[in-house]
Amino acid sequence: MNPVNYLYLAALLFTIGAAGVLIRRNAIVVFMSVELMLNACNLSLVTFSRMHGNLDGQIVAFFTMVVAAAEVVVGLAIIVSLFRSRHSASVDDASLMKL
Amino acid sequence: MDNLIALLIAAPLLGAALLLCGGRRLDGAGHWVATVLAFVSFLFGTVLFADMLGKAADDRTVQQQLFSWIPVEGFQADVAFQLDQLSMTFVLLITGVGSLIHLYSVGYMEHDERRRRFFGYLNLFLAAMLLLVLADNYLLLYVGWEGVGLASYLLIGFWQHKPSAATAAKKAFLVNRVGDMGLSIAVMLMFTTFGTFAFTPVLESTGETSEAMLTAIGLLLLLAACGKSAQVPLQSWLGDAMEGPTPVSALIHAATMVTAGVYLIVRSGAIFNAAPDAQLAVVVVGAVTLLFGAIIGCAKDDIKKALAGSTMSQIGYMVLAAGLGPIGYAFAIMHLVTHGFFKAGLFLGAGSVMHGMNDEVDMRKYGGLRKYLPITFVTFGLGYLAIIGVPPFSGFFSKDKIIEAAFAQEGARAWIFGGIALLGAGITAFYMTRVMLMTFFGKQRWQPDAEGEEPHPHEAPRTMTIPMILLAVGSVGAGAFFSIGDRFVNWLAPVTEFEHPHPVISVPVITASTIAVLLVGAALAYAMYGTRPVPVTAPRGSLLTRAARRDLLQDDFNHVVLVRGGEHLTRSLVYVDHTLVDGVVNGTAAGFGGLSGRLRKLQNGYARTYAVSMFGGAAVLIAATLLMRAV
Repeated sequence: MNPVNYLYLAALLFTIGAAGVLIRRNAIVVFMSVELMLNACNLSLVTFSRMHGNLDGQIVAFFTMVVAAAEVVVGLAIIVSLFRSRHSASVDDASLMKL
Repeated sequence: MDNLIALLIAAPLLGAALLLCGGRRLDGAGHWVATVLAFVSFLFGTVLFADMLGKAADDRTVQQQLFSWIPVEGFQADVAFQLDQLSMTFVLLITGVGSLIHLYSVGYMEHDERRRRFFGYLNLFLAAMLLLVLADNYLLLYVGWEGVGLASYLLIGFWQHKPSAATAAKKAFLVNRVGDMGLSIAVMLMFTTFGTFAFTPVLESTGETSEAMLTAIGLLLLLAACGKSAQVPLQSWLGDAMEGPTPVSALIHAATMVTAGVYLIVRSGAIFNAAPDAQLAVVVVGAVTLLFGAIIGCAKDDIKKALAGSTMSQIGYMVLAAGLGPIGYAFAIMHLVTHGFFKAGLFLGAGSVMHGMNDEVDMRKYGGLRKYLPITFVTFGLGYLAIIGVPPFSGFFSKDKIIEAAFAQEGARAWIFGGIALLGAGITAFYMTRVMLMTFFGKQRWQPDAEGEEPHPHEAPRTMTIPMILLAVGSVGAGAFFSIGDRFVNWLAPVTEFEHPHPVISVPVITASTIAVLLVGAALAYAMYGTRPVPVTAPRGSLLTRAARRDLLQDDFNHVVLVRGGEHLTRSLVYVDHTLVDGVVNGTAAGFGGLSGRLRKLQNGYARTYAVSMFGGAAVLIAATLLMRAV
């Protein structure tokens, strides 16, 4: 199968993730969309690795997974504490970062 | 021997330092310390004079470099002295009259609790004035020039508890500052033109300089002279300066400091000789001031202010003579010296009268004092005869020479300046006769002073009368002594050059008309003040009298033109500042403020907005990279 198709899929997944981040209000869903974008990147990295015939891209994909795991830990902790203080998981409610 | 020049200045400077820093311990003896040091300085001066007389006439200039003051590449300022016949004359006048006035002040200031300070200032003045006349370059002269200005300020405002004295001191300082600006700019111009400001190189290279530059320097020097010597248009401070103690008026504001302007012009003679326009300006200033001061002197009832008007007028004579070029320099200095004697004597006499009359200065409240103050009467009378120019008193010789020189001009100038000088002699006779009659003759018009105390006029103590007597001797004899065989002119000739004046009318005619004019002036004054009783309160008087009482409206003029004009100028400048300058600055600030207010709305706090900008930014970056690749 033509490896370029994997890249199309990765671009599609990335776009869905980006749209989710921009459109959805629920912090958990936004978070999931971020994960989708990360994995789209992983997919394209692995694809490139395959296309070029070396393992660099796959190693970077492992790094991304580790970073994503760490990010999940921190991100979920923030969301949980936000939910505890505001009884809402909406990102629009946390709009204090303005003048 | 040459080291004496520095010691000449050091002696009074030491006195000033001791008295001003010595504290209360010196209260008891301080005035004698100062007086002795002034006499020591005079003694040094006499020794140097004797030494100078022993040398050949054209080999008398002594130069001594004390130390290098500001040695910079291309800019050499030295503390160096030049003692020639001109500065010698001044040294003897300053230290001689200065010592006598120190002695006089011992008696005059006896009851003043700040006497030590007064003597410290007097010594400071002597040191600064000696520095002024002994400097061998214009920069050091400027130091002395400012030094005498400071001493004058301190001494005019010596009785600073009186608001009038404090104001007068401030006024003198400010008006002098205008002149000082002239001098400092002149010194700077000299440096840029000649590359130095030492007298000898500057004055010797006037031939190679453009006349326009010399005229500019000359006019600036004239401005400086106007400030220091109270010449029109910077004359307004001298009358008010009489607020100072009388010895100060005698020493600083009659005999020495106010003649510094004449010294400056005569010293810079080579510059003025090469700049006829500046020279003409000097003559015009002298002639105008001569009449201006004389007219003021006629109307003043305050004895010291009448004498101040007279000082202004007599210095006008000197400036007039100094503007005439080589025919006048020596006569200007000769009149300066004789004036130093008789005017100091007159002021000391006025001080003695005030001393006896509870510090009353209004001549309308004097009258008939000759019986009570015989010594003062005689010395004042001799000074009077000298100033109006009765032969053979000293004023006759010096003033008559100036009138002759004024007539020795080309065309109409001879008649204009000669006529003014002649007229001035008549007015001088008028106002001095008036002072004499109102003070010493007529009925007693004494009034009790503010505390209701009747005056009991009495002769002053001996410390005061001895200086008056010595100065009277000078007023009588100096002129004749100087004139016999043209002694004074020959003495100064190597420094100032000399040409014999050739008046348009013959000399005996001028002399005769001078005497005739002064007799008319004196007779007129006698008719007005000698034959009729003098009212205690001044009558309203004619328009001219009232103007002259207000110093010919000089303060009103200054107020309207300079103060109001200055206010208008500053107000319009403030307006421009507020509208234009502040407008631009504040406008820029407001523009940026408004813009950032709008931009601030972008920061709405929603995470998705920030995410959009991030994505947008990333997209732009990628697009740009791709585009650059493609190109």
